[in-house]
Amino acid sequence: MPTHDVLVIGAGLAGQRAALAAAEQGVSVGIISKVHPVRSHSNAAQGGINAALNPGDSWESHAFDTIKGSDYLGDQDAIEIMTKEAPEEILHLEHLGVTFHRNEEGKLGTRAFGGASAARTYYVADITGQAIMHVLYEQLMKHSDSVARYEEWFCTALAIDEAGECCGVVTRNVADGSMELFQAKSVILACGGNGQVWKPTTNALICTGDGIAMAYRVGAKLMDMEMIQYHPTTLAGKGFLITEGARGEGAHLLNAKGERFMETYAPNKMELASRDVVSRAEQTEINEGRGFPDGTVALDITVVPKKRVHEALREIVLVGRDFAGVDITREPIHIKPGNHYTMGGVKTDVDGRTDIPGLYSAGETACVSVHGGNRLGANSLLDTLIFGRRSGVDAATRAKHTDASKPSPKVLEDEDAMIADINSREKGSGRRVSEIKLELGQTMDAKVAVFRDEAGINEAIEIVARLREEAKTAYIDDHGSVFNQDLLGAIELGYMLDNAECTCLAALERKESRGAQYRTDFPERNDEEWLKHIDLEKTDDGPEISYSEVTITQWQPEARTY
Amino acid sequence: MADYKIKVRRFQPESGQGPYWEEFKVELEPSLSVLDSLLQVKDREDGSLSVRCSCRAAICGSCGMKINGQSGLGCKTQIGEAQELAEKMARATASGPRTREAGREIAGDDERAQPGAEEAAPIIIEPMGNMPVIKDLITDMESTHWTKIRRVTPWLLPHGEAPEREYIVEPESMIDITQSMACIQCGACVSSCLSMEADPDFIGPAALAKAYRFVGDPRDAEGVERLHDLAEDPHGIYDCTHCFSCVDACPKDVAPMDQIMRLRRKAGEAGIEDPNSGHSHELAFVKIIEKKGTLDESLLLQESFAPGIKGKLVPSRRAIKEMLGSIPTAIRGIKTGKMRSLPKLIPGIHHKLPGTAQDEVQAIYKHAEEHNEEFNLYIKGDEGELAEIEAEENLETAIAAPAGEEAPS
Repeated sequence: MPTHDVLVIGAGLAGQRAALAAAEQGVSVGIISKVHPVRSHSNAAQGGINAALNPGDSWESHAFDTIKGSDYLGDQDAIEIMTKEAPEEILHLEHLGVTFHRNEEGKLGTRAFGGASAARTYYVADITGQAIMHVLYEQLMKHSDSVARYEEWFCTALAIDEAGECCGVVTRNVADGSMELFQAKSVILACGGNGQVWKPTTNALICTGDGIAMAYRVGAKLMDMEMIQYHPTTLAGKGFLITEGARGEGAHLLNAKGERFMETYAPNKMELASRDVVSRAEQTEINEGRGFPDGTVALDITVVPKKRVHEALREIVLVGRDFAGVDITREPIHIKPGNHYTMGGVKTDVDGRTDIPGLYSAGETACVSVHGGNRLGANSLLDTLIFGRRSGVDAATRAKHTDASKPSPKVLEDEDAMIADINSREKGSGRRVSEIKLELGQTMDAKVAVFRDEAGINEAIEIVARLREEAKTAYIDDHGSVFNQDLLGAIELGYMLDNAECTCLAALERKESRGAQYRTDFPERNDEEWLKHIDLEKTDDGPEISYSEVTITQWQPEARTY
Repeated sequence: MADYKIKVRRFQPESGQGPYWEEFKVELEPSLSVLDSLLQVKDREDGSLSVRCSCRAAICGSCGMKINGQSGLGCKTQIGEAQELAEKMARATASGPRTREAGREIAGDDERAQPGAEEAAPIIIEPMGNMPVIKDLITDMESTHWTKIRRVTPWLLPHGEAPEREYIVEPESMIDITQSMACIQCGACVSSCLSMEADPDFIGPAALAKAYRFVGDPRDAEGVERLHDLAEDPHGIYDCTHCFSCVDACPKDVAPMDQIMRLRRKAGEAGIEDPNSGHSHELAFVKIIEKKGTLDESLLLQESFAPGIKGKLVPSRRAIKEMLGSIPTAIRGIKTGKMRSLPKLIPGIHHKLPGTAQDEVQAIYKHAEEHNEEFNLYIKGDEGELAEIEAEENLETAIAAPAGEEAPS
C-alpha cells in the first residue's frame, strides 16, 4: 500500500503549491493527478495575479475590493489573510523563476483588472497561470526526492477510518488500470472546479468537480454551491475564454448598434466592473434584442495599441485567429457570458481544513470563502497559492502529530465493484454516457446560469434527477485496462451529477439576488435574511441544507455599484 | 455542417493485434477542430478511441498528434483546413510518392487514398513520432519527452540568497525568455524532429528551448555551466540540423530551433569550441560572401579554421589538422568536377560579382548591421510584420542607391 504523510489530489496550482509547502515541513508527500500536472486547468488563467505590493497600494484596499466584489458573501477573515499574504507569495514566485512582466526600471510591473481600485495585477503576458504552473512543476522536478508524483492516476473515493478521519484514497492507475489504495495521514483535495457540468464552458474537459463530489460523498460540507461565475467574454459556441486583461488594457464592449452599453450599467468602472455585473449587462443587451443575431455582443480590442496587444495579449491574438477566424487587432470579436468558475465548493477554514479531520481542500475545489458571490479577476490564482500553501503546511503539521490509520480494504472492494458494474452494462442497454453529459450541460446552461428563477431551477432539478437514474444504466464501449478513458468518463459523470444537484438546490434555496446568483423572481439583495452561507451535507435522502454566518471584520455591507 | 472522413492509426494494446487504420465519418462545422472530430467519434460511435485532451484551446498541450503527416495539436487544427491539406496531398501522390510517413502502409491496410477518385481524401491522423505508442493516439511522453526535459536541469539556479524584494532585471530579458516559457510541453516539436529520428539520444527541441529559458534568465547563476554541458554533450546543441520542422510544428510560436541557435550563439560568445565547427564555418560563409558575392570554396576551409591574416600566419593546431584532413575531400572535388578550373583552386583568385552587384551585396550587409536588434518572435505580429515591410522597402532603396550616392528622398 503506497503510504505518505500528506497526499495531495490534483496537481494544478493549488495542489502543486500544497505539495511543495508540505514537503518543506519535512514530511513524506505524494501528489496524484488524473492528467500530467502541466495539463491542469490552472494553465488557462491568463490575466494575472493580484497583490497589493506597489507602494501606495494596501492590503486593505485589495481586501475591500474583494469583499465588495463578493457581494459581501466572502468571509472577511479569510480575505484579510489572502490579501495580507499576497505580496510575499508574489515575491516567492518571482524568486523561484516566474518571468513576471517588468516595468522600465526592471521591477515588477502591473496591469489593471476588473473590480479593482488600483492596478495590482502581476502578470506574464497572458499566460500567467501557465507560467506559474510550469515554474512550480520545475520545483516538483527539483524536489523529486521529497515529493512523489503519481501522474495520470485517477481518484475514485476517499477512505475514512472508524474514528471518522480521512486516512487515504482509492485510485486507478490510468496507464494500466490497476486499482490502488493509498494511505495518508492528511489528504488535500485540490482538483479544480466543476465547469464541465455546464455546456458550453471555458473550463477544460477535466473540470468535472471530482474533489467536490468525493468530499461530499464522505460527508464533508459543501458551501455556496449556487455561486457559479459566468465570465463576460467567452467565444460564442466553443466557450473559449478571452482574458479580462483585454478590458484591463482598455478594450470596449459594444452592442450591435455600436453603443458602449456599460455606460448604462456601470458608469464609473465601465467594462471593468465586477464580472457578475458585466455578464448581466451583456445578457440583458442580448435578451432585449440589442445583441448580434448569433446571441452575442462585441469586444473591441482595436482601441488598444497594436504593439501592446502583441506584447500583452498574445494568447488571445492566437485564440481569435485560430478559433474564431478573427484578427482582434483589426476587428471586434463576438463574445457572450459563459460558465467559468466555481465560487462554492468544499467548506474549509483558513487552513484548508474541512469538517472531516485529515481532509483538506484548496483552490477551486474549496470554498474558504474568499470569493463569496463573485470572484474578482486575478484573485483565483492568488486563492490557489495562498490556501494551497496554508493547507500544505497545516496538513504536514497534522501528519507529524497523528498516528497512521490503515484504511479498510472494504473501500477498495467497493470501488472495484463500482467499476465492475459499469463494465457489466451491455451496449445499447441504456443511454451513452456522452448523451447524458450533453443533456446535463445544456440544461444547466439554460436553467441555472446568469438569470435564474424558481420554475427554471425546478425543471433543472427534475432533469438532473432523471439523468441520475439514467446514469445507473449508461454503458461504455471500452472494457480494457490501459488508458480506459471511457470508464473514467462514466465515473466523472457521477461526480458531475452530484455537483449539479447541489448547485440546483442551493440556487433554489437562496431567494435573493447576490453576486452570481441573480433570481429574476427575487431581484434584490436581501441582507436581512440572506447574508449567510448555504451549506449542504449529504444524507440518504439527498442534500440537507443548513446555514452558516458570514464573517465580517471591518467592512459592513453596502449597496454595490460600479 | 460538412461531412468529413478521418482515417485514424489505431493501436489497442490489449487486443493482441498490431496497429491498424480505421476510417470514421464525422459531421461538423469546418471551423471546428480535428480534436472535435475525434471527440465526436468517441462520444457517438466508439468510446474506446483514445486521445489525451483537456482544454480544447491549445493551452494544456495534451493533444499532440500528426495530422496529414504534420505534427501539431488536434485542437488547434481546423478540420476544414486539414481536409484541404489532405486533398492537396492526395493530388500530389498522383505525380509522386506521398509525403513522408503520412498514410504509410501498415499490415492489413488496403485503403490508401485514391488520387483522382470521386470520394474526398480522408484526413490522416496518427500518434506523434519519436515516441512509443501506448494506445491509439496516446504516446509515452514520460520515457522520451520528459526524460529529456529533466536532462537539462529544468529549474532556476539563482545567485546566492534571494533579494528581499524582486530581482531587478531588464524588462526585455523577461520578454525574451517568455517566448520559451510559452512552451506547453505538447511534444509536437519532438514528434517532428528529424535529428531525433536519426539520433534518438538528441536532447531535442523542447528540452533545449527549456534550457534557453534558464540560460537567458539573468537570475540564473549557472548559464555558462549549462552551455558547457549542452555543447559538450554529443547529443546536445550541435546535433540540430537547422531543418525548421520544430518551428513549423510548434503551436505556440516558441520556435525551438531559434532557441537552440541562441544557445549556440551564447556558447560561441562564451568561448566554447564547437566540435562540429558550425559556428566558425558560418562566420566564414558570411565573410566570404561579403567580399565576393558568391562562395569561394577554396577560401572556406581556411577562413573557417584560420580566419584572417593572423590565422594564416599563426595557424592553430586544430586548423592544421582540419586542413590536412580535408585534402582527400578537395581531391575528390577536383576529380568529380566540383572545382572545374585550376585557377579556382588558388585561394583568393575567385572573382567578385560584376559591375555594381557587389556593392548591392554590401548594402545588404550594411542594412543588416544597422538593424541588428534581435527579432523576438514573442512580440512579433502586426507591428513585427509592419517593421518587416518597412525594412524591405528600405532595403530596396538602399540597393537602388549604392553606398556613396545620395538616397532618393
